[in-house]
Amino acid sequence: MSDPQIQRNGAAGNGGGAVATLTKKDFTSDQEVRWCPGCGDYAILAIVQSFMPELGIEPDDTVFVSGIGCSGRFTYYMDTYGVHGIHGRAPALATGIATARPDLSVWVVTGDGDGLSIGGNHLIHALRRNVNMKILLFNNQIYGLTKGQYSPTSEEGKVTKSTPFGSVDHPFNPIALALGAEASFVARTVDNDRQHMTQILRQAAAHRGTAFIEIYQNCNVFNDGAFDAVREKPQGVHNQIRLEHGQPIVFDEGARCVRVGDNGRLEIAGVTETDPERIVVHDVHGRPSLAFALAHLSHRPIEPTCIGVFREVERPVFGEATIAQVASATERLGQGSVEKLLHSGDTWTVGAPA
Amino acid sequence: MCRGYPPRGLELTQGAKGPAPAVMTKQVEEKKRVVVRFAGDSGDGMQLTGDRFTNATAVLGNDLATLPDFPAEIRAPAGTVHGVSAFQIQFASTDILTPGDHPNVLVAMNPAALKAELGTVERGGTIIVNEDAFNARNLEKAGFAADPLTDGTLEGYQVYRVPMTSITVRAVEELGLTRKEAERSKNMFALGLLSWMYGRPVDVTLNWLHKKFGDKQQLYDANVAAFKAGYNFGETTELFATSYVVKPAPVAPGTYRNISGATALAWGLVAASQRSGLRLFYASYPITPASELLHELSRLKNFGVITLQAEDEIAAANVALGAAFAGDLGVTGTSGPGMDLKAETLGLAVTLELPMVVVDVQRAGPSTGMPTKTEQADLLLAMFGRHGESPLPIVAAKSPSHCFEAAMEAARIAVKYRTPVILLSDTFIANSSEPWLIPDADELPTIDPNFATGPNAGQEFLPYLRDENLARPWAIPGTKGLRHRIGGLEKEDGTGDISYDPQNHERMTHLRADKVTKIADEVPPVEVDDPDGDAELLVVGWGSTFGTIRAAARRVRDQGRKVATAHVVHMSPFPPNLGEVLSRYQKVLVPEQNLGQLALLVRGRFLVDATSYTKVQGQPIFAEELETEILRMMEER
Ligand code: SF4
Repeated sequence: MSDPQIQRNGAAGNGGGAVATLTKKDFTSDQEVRWCPGCGDYAILAIVQSFMPELGIEPDDTVFVSGIGCSGRFTYYMDTYGVHGIHGRAPALATGIATARPDLSVWVVTGDGDGLSIGGNHLIHALRRNVNMKILLFNNQIYGLTKGQYSPTSEEGKVTKSTPFGSVDHPFNPIALALGAEASFVARTVDNDRQHMTQILRQAAAHRGTAFIEIYQNCNVFNDGAFDAVREKPQGVHNQIRLEHGQPIVFDEGARCVRVGDNGRLEIAGVTETDPERIVVHDVHGRPSLAFALAHLSHRPIEPTCIGVFREVERPVFGEATIAQVASATERLGQGSVEKLLHSGDTWTVGAPA
Repeated sequence: MCRGYPPRGLELTQGAKGPAPAVMTKQVEEKKRVVVRFAGDSGDGMQLTGDRFTNATAVLGNDLATLPDFPAEIRAPAGTVHGVSAFQIQFASTDILTPGDHPNVLVAMNPAALKAELGTVERGGTIIVNEDAFNARNLEKAGFAADPLTDGTLEGYQVYRVPMTSITVRAVEELGLTRKEAERSKNMFALGLLSWMYGRPVDVTLNWLHKKFGDKQQLYDANVAAFKAGYNFGETTELFATSYVVKPAPVAPGTYRNISGATALAWGLVAASQRSGLRLFYASYPITPASELLHELSRLKNFGVITLQAEDEIAAANVALGAAFAGDLGVTGTSGPGMDLKAETLGLAVTLELPMVVVDVQRAGPSTGMPTKTEQADLLLAMFGRHGESPLPIVAAKSPSHCFEAAMEAARIAVKYRTPVILLSDTFIANSSEPWLIPDADELPTIDPNFATGPNAGQEFLPYLRDENLARPWAIPGTKGLRHRIGGLEKEDGTGDISYDPQNHERMTHLRADKVTKIADEVPPVEVDDPDGDAELLVVGWGSTFGTIRAAARRVRDQGRKVATAHVVHMSPFPPNLGEVLSRYQKVLVPEQNLGQLALLVRGRFLVDATSYTKVQGQPIFAEELETEILRMMEER
């Protein structure tokens, strides 16, 4: 009987760092990139391709999985293993891959329609399970590929082809949703900030379990400027609240801060008129209520909005626990034998034993 | 050893055996075949009773077939007809093919069970009731206006009134159980009584009780006491004058076991995993009646099996597909409603051309339908239930033990041809059991995963370059230099790159279809059972009607008439000789538990004027019903 251990073809393992100088080119496929000119996706692709070499994981040991939507094309442009799956199902597909193969570096690329609407269930359960994968959610607050309908992150009143009189749907707050789903790593970044995004990717890659990163992504064709208030200079400087673990939350070039108000709620105030004791010190490992409150500081990115890591906690990783159960059952009961299994329980023999 | 209860309140009712002699000399009568049906409230443990009776029967060497039949509600209102749970077994000294049409013996634990089941009992059959349950309240709940034990309802049956509850309570009274706990053992009393009646080996049940309750002394003692009380009741009281023997059936030499379809299917998947060296990754969402597969496989972790209970049916399918991409034997299992949801992923699997097995344990539909009742109405869904041209192979298990072989075959086709395969089972096959000649594990077919290890086109790797079977390479992540991207968008032949080229789409559509069609080259020809080779009528079936069709044919032949039968296991592609076989017969009858799905297919594919015979009552077709239909068709000119 053959050994059920799958023949692996020399998987390199996670981040050994022994790989000789990988470059951006090693992660860039030969496929022509076909997003609209000016789309924020280009910047994200370039940043991710530049970042991947630093992990020291071979592209052959890396898998990108995506769903449907403009973001779904991402997979084709990464020179790694990749699956472009069905609308919304990428987290489930990636769960199969990551659980079967803890040796792989698994990345999911999704969008606000893909991940939060049709695939909402898979997303929250992947976050809950803490599967070892990194989820990049490109939030452009619109359906791009289907040519401009409102999405589950579009603001109320949004006028689109499917809502000519304005949307009456209340949008999701993706960060709050991820926190509510018990995600162990939750962060937000913006498409045009190479440094910030790289830093977040680095922290996400180092995290054990599911890392959820919302990326504000400009769809210049159907929802241009949706994030200008936090993305573009000069407003961005005033409105980006950059979260740093262990640091007082101060922004707007040191002029404003996040403090605990008299009613116990977080509020934004001038630093000069605030008792330094009341300035909130960010803590990614603490209770989720702080992260939740920070996520709700602004419901829409048109006012001071947090970017950075909201929460990062350690929890058992789903795939590791799954594989460990198999290993411990095998140790306890011995390697299963089909012969023994078939003869387990009551049997009887007729005539000469065969 | 008899726990001192004086038989009390034992009166002989109409038709019961006459007064027994003062000194007991019990008669022993030989029977060729017997059908027993245990029926009671859902909480009465009838499935367990039936199951244990079955195991003792199997070990004795009788041929057997079983039919569990239980309500969808977990705790239907006690004492009502909805809440009746039944288990039927036919056992014989000859080979048998079905659980039997009409029970010879009905064990009714309460009035509702009698009410629900009486109609199926053969005329003049034996009815054993738990007399204690026939009180005014229970009679009313069952909807009896008068007591059927005394109002003449049971005229013509042999009725045995046994106060099972009270004897059980007395048998266990020294054990210090509450009355409720004590009463709960009455199913073991019934099992003991029937074990005596049919000479079933006692040690099989006692050993099982020891294994099950060995560490819970009080429960163990109670169950053993109740079982023995039932057995001794038969042996020592005057009520039963006769016991029966059913001799072992002559079968091929070898080691046998009893096996249900659910277990056989799970074990078949495990065997496929071991014989391919691929780890089994089973992802599933709880659904009746497929959950048994998830339960069984979850126990078998030491075979390297990974099981994942997904958030929904769609996720389960995607997880299995992801596992397949990663290099495992990805399997998902469900029933009809879940199949609807998995259609999308099946389409993706068809175009990704990755190996995957999807098990559909069919149940009565549409929608939620009758979740615990059997039907075989998903054939056309399996065949066509996806958008676009998305052909895939389909294997249908024909009996409980055949599920083992069918599961291995489904996995073999999936791996060899890099394709999703649908494996059809149904509630009847999954829940019922039969003796099985255990195969030699070392003789089971092997499956070669044949992973891609290097470039296949000069220095290049083309993920959609096909082999002689039109199968594409399976290059799993981690394989050096073979990284590639695949997806749901149409792919260019060979390279797998996205392509909207019209000619390419046509070529790929044909290639995907041809790949499935080509599997027929190695599908074994359908076997025809036509003893003299000159029957005019052929009965063609698929799935769980296998036993019924053979049993009906036997009945017809016993009358000196000729009939041929054939059973299809490979539903897609069909066996290569099926068209030729169909065309050999003047008349073709297709019995199915749907409204004629295989009939539609054979008419469409082979231009055969097949006649459809259908039954959709959540119950298997009875041999008697099919016999009547065959004879009717023979008369037709
Ligand atoms: S539609 Fe919007 S999101 Fe999609 S590619 Fe064009 S700009 Fe980018």
